[in-house]
Amino acid sequence: MFKILKKEELNPTVTRMVIDAPLIAKKAEPGQFIIFRTKEDSERIPLTIADYDRQAGTVTIIFQIVGYGTMELNTLNEGDSIHDLVGPLGRPSETEGLKKVAVVGGGVGCAIAYPVAKKLHENGCEVHSVVGFRNKDLVILEDEFNAVSDKVCMMTDDGSHGTKGLVTTALEQLIKEGNQYDEVIAIGPLVMMKFVCKLTKEYDIKTIVSMNPIMIDGTGMCGGCRITVGGETKFACVDGPDFDGHQIDFDEAMHRGTMYKEFEQHAREEGCNLLKKEVL
Amino acid sequence: MAVKRNMDPKKCPMPSQEPNVRNKNFEEVALGYTYEMAVNEAKRCLSCPKKPCQSGCPVGIDIPAFIGKVAEEDMEGAFKILSASSALPAVCGRVCPQETQCEGKCVRGIKGESVGIGRLERFVADWHREHSDEKPEMPQSNGHKVAIIGAGPSGLTAAGDLAKLGYKVTVYEALHLAGGVLVYGIPEFRLPKTIVQKEIDNLKAIGVDIETNMVIGKVLTIDELFEMGNDAVYIASGAGLPRFMGIPGESLKGVYSANEYLTRVNLMKAYKPDSKTPIKHSKNVAVVGGGNVAMDAARSAKRLGAENVYIVYRRGMEELPARAEEVEHAQEEGIIFKTLTNPVEVLGDEDGMVCGMKCVEMELGEPDDSGRRRPIVKEGSEFELEIDTMIMSIGTSPNPLIRQTTPGLDTNRHGCIITNGDDGLTTREGVYAGGDAVTGAATVILAMGAGKQAAKAMDEYIKSKYNEQ
Repeated sequence: MFKILKKEELNPTVTRMVIDAPLIAKKAEPGQFIIFRTKEDSERIPLTIADYDRQAGTVTIIFQIVGYGTMELNTLNEGDSIHDLVGPLGRPSETEGLKKVAVVGGGVGCAIAYPVAKKLHENGCEVHSVVGFRNKDLVILEDEFNAVSDKVCMMTDDGSHGTKGLVTTALEQLIKEGNQYDEVIAIGPLVMMKFVCKLTKEYDIKTIVSMNPIMIDGTGMCGGCRITVGGETKFACVDGPDFDGHQIDFDEAMHRGTMYKEFEQHAREEGCNLLKKEVL
Repeated sequence: MAVKRNMDPKKCPMPSQEPNVRNKNFEEVALGYTYEMAVNEAKRCLSCPKKPCQSGCPVGIDIPAFIGKVAEEDMEGAFKILSASSALPAVCGRVCPQETQCEGKCVRGIKGESVGIGRLERFVADWHREHSDEKPEMPQSNGHKVAIIGAGPSGLTAAGDLAKLGYKVTVYEALHLAGGVLVYGIPEFRLPKTIVQKEIDNLKAIGVDIETNMVIGKVLTIDELFEMGNDAVYIASGAGLPRFMGIPGESLKGVYSANEYLTRVNLMKAYKPDSKTPIKHSKNVAVVGGGNVAMDAARSAKRLGAENVYIVYRRGMEELPARAEEVEHAQEEGIIFKTLTNPVEVLGDEDGMVCGMKCVEMELGEPDDSGRRRPIVKEGSEFELEIDTMIMSIGTSPNPLIRQTTPGLDTNRHGCIITNGDDGLTTREGVYAGGDAVTGAATVILAMGAGKQAAKAMDEYIKSKYNEQ
């Protein structure tokens, strides 16, 4: 059992939880993930680690309520415990030796992009963060990104906060201004990562993306999380979740992500009115 | 006590659920012998002094002795003999390939059918579970600690043997539940999970600690296990990544590995109507492969309501690697065998969902390295099969997490951990390995046999390290 020490609503459908998990906190690195089960008979759901504190022995997760499993997790409060938490899984993001990086985060993907930006910043790397949200109500981690970035471009679809437009517009502008990036790290919805990669390919900038496919065990057993990378089958849980974005078959990954769409839809309609609102 | 022998050339058939009833439920197919059936079957044993059956058992159970006790109606005595050699008798009685092991060597099998050793083993273990409230005795501590990686059949067997020798045993399991393939792979209808749980509870009762949600190689390394005071480590992490064929369309929605399909159904309980685990409710399913896992996947799909379930296998019926009994059960339940058939492409619709499979017919040529006749494509035999789900069951390769994080641990080109002969010693001092992590995908009982041998070797290693007798 893993106790929830802190719970905070970042926006109407995104929640942050700080969880007591000393063994995981001791080993966690940016880019790695955990799998949780809220209760004894719950689904196993992977979530990328949003932050960790080795001394306090805590890991932070930030999740969006998208289906029954995340909805159930959100019913827990401070002082309650999560039944199972396993990790840190996957390979850490590679941050060594990078001097100047653009970190692109979209929506709740910013929760995963943030620890990577933080680590790069701690390594003395120049960090330009481009973060995008649908509107100002959905913005998360703005202060956190400001604290670890040399430059932050805040983008919203409707212009209600920061600049109106997509993350790709801002990124292209930064590149055109003459910023020479060693790497672009893009984390967000598949469609966003696909278009960031399309853009950076034109400018020939290496781009790393973090994949979050459907997964069960997360330890290299079920094979559900397979992704085609450079024509080869890779498993996000043990080979990733970070991959060279220019090699990924995004269209296939998008198709695979909809495997249980109806099932999720049904769970949403059954359980939660909040989710009927259009978000992200 | 003199027992009058039963000279019936046939073994007592196993009472089972009717095929057309059981292919719609997940309850156990084989119902088990009654008391009378068990005693009567036990009387077929000739108590051969050379005990050929025992030599066929990977964990070396004294088979004529336990069967003798059943014939004398001393069921508790029979259980004591079984449990002296096997940590999981109720499991082995159900899933061992007895026909190629103990029963394959039975003298009664020469002129008739062998003694139903597996069925008797199951009867005794079940009888004990249902009738005995005797608590297992806590062994006296010998002051040493050992760690076991993986709570599957191999790890649990080693854990049981080492705990009985007085070791403080901690088993680290990556999943949220102990049991390994016994809980994620083998379906409820072949091995009820309450039985697995009971066997695990018995290990806990003799002091074995099981820590779930612990992925060794990630949360702790093998080096750290030694730093924590363990004198030896046994790696029984099992088989890992599922293999795919590398044909076009394998990433379409509706293509599962058998591991994923069975894990959803068994471990994640998708077979229960109120389960929150998503699973596709298919109409036409093709399971590619011919092993026991393929049979489990096919029979599960049928029970989840599929109308047509095909086993697609590139060799013939004779070559199917699955146990004969599993093949028979599958046939009775209406699984359609498309042997000498090989898929060459998975076809998808505009949504990326599987809608068919392109196959070729095969014929058998000369024997290959494995001694089986090599399948060759029949020219111009291409045809399409209408399916909405494909389950790949063509094997697995060992889990990569431990070898990636353990310096000095050598693996072969397939990723299997290299060990020194039978005792399971790896290329690292104090580190032993066995089961599928060493052999690649094999059977429950072979993994248990490896666990047993490793436990013995670990005990000898630790005792010699401390100059103990």
